[in-house]
Amino acid sequence: MKTIRLYLHYVSINIRCMMQYKTSFLLTAVGQFLVSFNIFLGIFFMFQRFSSVEGFTYSEVLLCFSVVLLEFGLAEMVARGFDTFSGMVRSGEFDRVLVRPQNEILQVLGSKFELTRIGRLLQAVVMFAYGIMKCNVVWNVPKICTLLFMLAGGTVVFTALFFIYAALCFFTLEGLEFMNVFTDGGRELGKYPIGIYGKKMLLFTTFVIPYALVQYYPLLYILDRQTSVFYMFLPLAACWFFIPALLLWKFGVRCYQSSGS
Amino acid sequence: MKKYLSFFQLRFTMGLQYRTAALAGVITQFAWGGMQVMMYRAFYRTDAAAFPMSLSATSSYVWLQQAFLAFFAVWMMENDIFDSIVNGNISYELCRPISIYNMWFARSMATRLARAVLRCFPILIVAAFIQQPYGIDTPASLPHFLLFVLSLILGLAVAVTFCLLVYVLAFFTISPQGLRIVFISCVEFFSGAVIPLPFFPDHIRSIMELLPFASMQNTALRIYSSSIGADEIRRAIELQGFWLVVLTAAGKLLCRVAVKRIIVQGG
Repeated sequence: MKTIRLYLHYVSINIRCMMQYKTSFLLTAVGQFLVSFNIFLGIFFMFQRFSSVEGFTYSEVLLCFSVVLLEFGLAEMVARGFDTFSGMVRSGEFDRVLVRPQNEILQVLGSKFELTRIGRLLQAVVMFAYGIMKCNVVWNVPKICTLLFMLAGGTVVFTALFFIYAALCFFTLEGLEFMNVFTDGGRELGKYPIGIYGKKMLLFTTFVIPYALVQYYPLLYILDRQTSVFYMFLPLAACWFFIPALLLWKFGVRCYQSSGS
Repeated sequence: MKKYLSFFQLRFTMGLQYRTAALAGVITQFAWGGMQVMMYRAFYRTDAAAFPMSLSATSSYVWLQQAFLAFFAVWMMENDIFDSIVNGNISYELCRPISIYNMWFARSMATRLARAVLRCFPILIVAAFIQQPYGIDTPASLPHFLLFVLSLILGLAVAVTFCLLVYVLAFFTISPQGLRIVFISCVEFFSGAVIPLPFFPDHIRSIMELLPFASMQNTALRIYSSSIGADEIRRAIELQGFWLVVLTAAGKLLCRVAVKRIIVQGG
């Protein structure tokens, strides 16, 4: 309870801090919006030409993309401190974190709260609303639960990726650009239902990095392509991915040698 | 001319130093290219008749786009130029007996060339070994290839002069953030970086192809896979030349105005 209160305090500091620079905040939010809006336009114009892709219609793809964008935006908003962690290691800021009598994960989480991602989230919500209205899904309690599980599971998976990204900084000091393949790449991959990319990709995203567990399989359940309740709980199963991420982080903290600055 | 050449050389050798960063970039771009190709494959399998160019031409487009990303990625602007305008260090540059516009042009060309030289070959070579139609195809003919190279260089110059225009505009706005966001998003969308221009509906496409944005990557990449006819190639390259002249003239003119009324904000 105390931890949550402390975290909320961190968040409020971050937000107040950001509000000191209102124009900058607004512009960055608009920028975030425009970036994902371009991706949306890409999908829109593809569907001007094609009526469906591997059996998925425009509104179904939008629903799918908006959920992934929401997950990604939420994860980025919350775990931005891990995304920019290399700076913290290099500047020696992490030494200060370690000497404080608080959990280091909480402190790193609290070090940044990227409210500017609201631009991205806003767009996701609009697309989400459109997708839900247009794709003729008969909503019932299990389906709504599936949707919530997707959001929760996906946020966890993306957050775990940011954790891994940060943990690697303990060994390299630099942020590793290729990790973008998994974070931004996951978002890019998630704009269409993963099944369309073929079997190999589906296997990879089921067993290695569980994007498909939070996106493709539960989507099939929501769209009535699969009726087994098993699919409903797969997004929760994807949370296993957080365990190796956390272990890697713990291992990294144990190996941490201050950069000395 | 000599001083600009040495600026160019300086930046070029500097750019070649970042080899580990280039390797990471190659891996990233390779993964992105792969994802794009898989996406187009899915659309192709669903409805091949609606495809505006052949699948192998699309794959070639994607791989070339990734290989020469450093040429056309307008979002890779040079932060030190913006910084020097915001913090006033630009006044040192203005003291020198050179035109800052030409100097910026030389250094931007050099940075982008160096980045691309480091990155393009691994991507192109690996993409050449990918099974057809998912890999990069050989160019349609030798003339096509030569025209492709010419158009590539012209496209690079157009992209650079466009960036320079944004740098110069930053003189007037002080905070370059807003400008940058809007310009970058426009370029991404209209230049065919999000999806290739042939995928747009015809009436929109015919307008988009006239804009300066289409003279960046679109022309070169489509000449390579010969998804445009001989007549159109000539017109497209002329258009590239036209926009290059217009953008340079606009940039130089604005630059002169900006330098005349420049106020260095102390510091």
